[in-house]
Amino acid sequence: MSATTDVTDPTANVARKDAEGTRRGLDLGRFRELSLIPAILVLGLIGFIVSPAFLTGDNLIGVAQQSTELSLLVLATALILICGRMDLSLESTIGVAPVVAVWLVLPTSGARFTGLGLLPEWTAVPLCLLVGVVIGAVNGFLILKLRLNGFIVTLGMLTMLRGLQVALSEGQSIVELPSSFTYLGKASWWGAPAAIWICVVLFALGSAALAWLRHGRALYAIGGNAEAARTAGIRVDRIVWVVLILGSLLAAFAGILYSGHYGSISATQGSGWIFQVFAATVIGGVSLNGGKGSVFGALTGVLTLQLVVNVMTLAGVPPLWNQFLNGAIIIVALIISRFASGEKQE
Amino acid sequence: MTDTATAPAPGGGPAPVAEAIGVGKRFGATVALRDARIAVAAGEAHALVGRNGAGKSTLVSLLTGLQRPDTGGLRFSGEPAPAFGDIDAWRSRVACVYQRSTIIPGLTVAENLFLNRQSAGPLRPIRWRQLRRRAEELLGEYGVDVDPAARAGELTVEQRQFVEIARALSFGARFIVLDEPTAKLDARGIARLFDKLRDLRRQGVAFLFISHHLQEVYDLCTTVTVYRDATHILTAPVAEVGHQALVEAMTGETATATDAPAAGPPAAGATGLPTARAGDPAPTAPGTLLTIEDLTLPGACRDLSLAVRAGEVVGLAGAAASGHVRVGEAVAGLHRAEAGRITVDGRAVRTGSVPSALAAGVGLVPEDRHLQGLVHHRSVAENATLTVTGQLGPFGTVLPARTRVFAQRMIRDLDIKTPGAATLVSALSGGNQQKVVVARALATDPRVLVAVRPTNGVDVRSKEFLLRRIRQVADGGKAALIVSDELDDLRVCDRVVVMFHGRVVAEFDRGWRDEQVVAAVEGVAGRAPTSATGVSDTAEHGR
Repeated sequence: MSATTDVTDPTANVARKDAEGTRRGLDLGRFRELSLIPAILVLGLIGFIVSPAFLTGDNLIGVAQQSTELSLLVLATALILICGRMDLSLESTIGVAPVVAVWLVLPTSGARFTGLGLLPEWTAVPLCLLVGVVIGAVNGFLILKLRLNGFIVTLGMLTMLRGLQVALSEGQSIVELPSSFTYLGKASWWGAPAAIWICVVLFALGSAALAWLRHGRALYAIGGNAEAARTAGIRVDRIVWVVLILGSLLAAFAGILYSGHYGSISATQGSGWIFQVFAATVIGGVSLNGGKGSVFGALTGVLTLQLVVNVMTLAGVPPLWNQFLNGAIIIVALIISRFASGEKQE
Repeated sequence: MTDTATAPAPGGGPAPVAEAIGVGKRFGATVALRDARIAVAAGEAHALVGRNGAGKSTLVSLLTGLQRPDTGGLRFSGEPAPAFGDIDAWRSRVACVYQRSTIIPGLTVAENLFLNRQSAGPLRPIRWRQLRRRAEELLGEYGVDVDPAARAGELTVEQRQFVEIARALSFGARFIVLDEPTAKLDARGIARLFDKLRDLRRQGVAFLFISHHLQEVYDLCTTVTVYRDATHILTAPVAEVGHQALVEAMTGETATATDAPAAGPPAAGATGLPTARAGDPAPTAPGTLLTIEDLTLPGACRDLSLAVRAGEVVGLAGAAASGHVRVGEAVAGLHRAEAGRITVDGRAVRTGSVPSALAAGVGLVPEDRHLQGLVHHRSVAENATLTVTGQLGPFGTVLPARTRVFAQRMIRDLDIKTPGAATLVSALSGGNQQKVVVARALATDPRVLVAVRPTNGVDVRSKEFLLRRIRQVADGGKAALIVSDELDDLRVCDRVVVMFHGRVVAEFDRGWRDEQVVAAVEGVAGRAPTSATGVSDTAEHGR
């Protein structure tokens, strides 16, 4: 083998020099997903100055709980974006999955909302998750088998599912929910809402899978260069399909937490969220073109957005200005993360 | 370049490592391969040549198990091919380095090497440290000096290729398909690639080497197979097939017969490529059309001056990192200059402004037709008239009829083989796509034509045609600048200017010898040779 190395000797120094350069770059890259942490700290400081109520356990737990449902959608979107796809219908899944599940289990008479009563009440949670799986599978079928444009397919799905929810619930909130269905959103474990713990665990699982599992790494490969991934033996379509299903499943689960949290399924549950979800994910460093970003980064994106809203509320900003400020903050946060990470967002 | 003889003689095992027998493949109405065959013996360097559309790529996709042959069969070392879709089994028999890079730029080298097999099982966590060590061992085994922790996107083209080769071989195959591996490398990179390949051959690895450069075939390979029009034409030892015979086998006609350049003997050898006419009086026309004065481009060149007269074709040569492509692109307004000026026919061009360059009369054939040249989902007509939409109708309108007429004229002018002007440009073969790009550059009737690697990835016939067409532009009183490191491209030039590390290091008038230019390109002519080793670490310039 010494003969081989002799031949390449002139390149050796050169390559080594290159490698040193890239190693430095890589270290920076490792911190890239932390680029929003300073922003979060600054927000905390502003909150502390603005209101003594900010830095209290109750307030912070409240912020965290309010972020749970959104953050699950962000987790789903991060996974889907990393493998180079989009799913807009997530924001409707969060509403329609609980409605369908409840519609199947609630009795046919006795309450304002009448269901079909086909199945026992304890099946509401599994049913809801199943609806999520079905939605994801249908999306995957349309996008991957029929090769339809994913953006438009899920846009159509968004409208259709929202319409289904309105039709089934007759446009009203459903308040008579089975107790098994509301448990997770209401319960408190070890002094904090169960939803927070669940979210933390799911994010940890997602992070770990993307970092240490082959199929998790495959998402980056697919998003980076699908053709190359295919030649490397990765079953691109199958993995993307699974990711789409997983995304919808997470959205359905977020629906369960949301319904439990507020004790009812509101007719507009999740409506308009997808903009915030995408904003949070991209602010958190996930590329819209796929192949780049991390679950943890996406989480910092959600927290940033939620903290801003909280600080503004505490500061007494008139609620009528909320929408304007929300939009403005998305753009400012995008600019911050653009320069903190040093990467172009294309 | 002649140590091919030192490789162990093939014939250790009687059965070829890879064999295709009477394979056929159709795509819809197109016959991509008809009853084709090939046999690669163990440890052999086998070249597969043919014009665009001859069926080479299809054969590769059959040999690597990406597609299933309609007829015929494949055998590896005497055994029938594995089942279609059994990727692991295929990869243990045949390795492939594809024309397009299959490296994922965002991931590390180590991860690229072990993509989809980073851990023992799907549910086993990846142990990153161990993965890096395995990558180091693998790279060391093939003598590739690349840091496994580096991001693949930051490697040079050539390093990326070595990584791909190491990955391809790591599945245990002793047969590797190289689909145009030299297309994106400069001469130095090619030399190193060839050294590596010869090393691997000594270890008993057999190659199927696909290239448009016949010289490379002679340098590296022992056997050559020619395909034409989806069928097998000939297989013979390289030493027994002359250059001319090879070109004839590829084109199916005698190279010098029909439309060789009327004026001028084929001085460049038997290739039939047009050359600068030795008998011509030196172009003494006083009109200098293109002047570059003290041009400084960040990261590409410093204080560079160059002039091209009317009726002259000037070649600008250099290695990939020499900055010559940048200079050419700067003339066309793609890059802003830090200092210096560019004038076309006495009129200053604002650097960094393509409209200004177009208005001054500069036409550009860009380096990479896929990235910079073509709008793939649009028609030939639209692509060919992209630069002249202002002339196709009054008040900013683009009249379809005029577009069609204009495009038809360009199609005739450049002999573009297309079913019609409305055909999507992506449906054409590589050579014809390149002609569309050239058509687009000529559509404005430019006074200065800048052609960056105008014959990149096109077959022999189209190459000949395109170079002759560029010559015609100059003969019509215009100026042409060919930016290339391809000797065939430079042969049409009246003058060849060689750049090395952003400076002009040599200039040759007609009658230069190959080795003179190559030496200057490599930076060994007259300058301190110690600097030559530094070339390859400059990352690929450009984008």
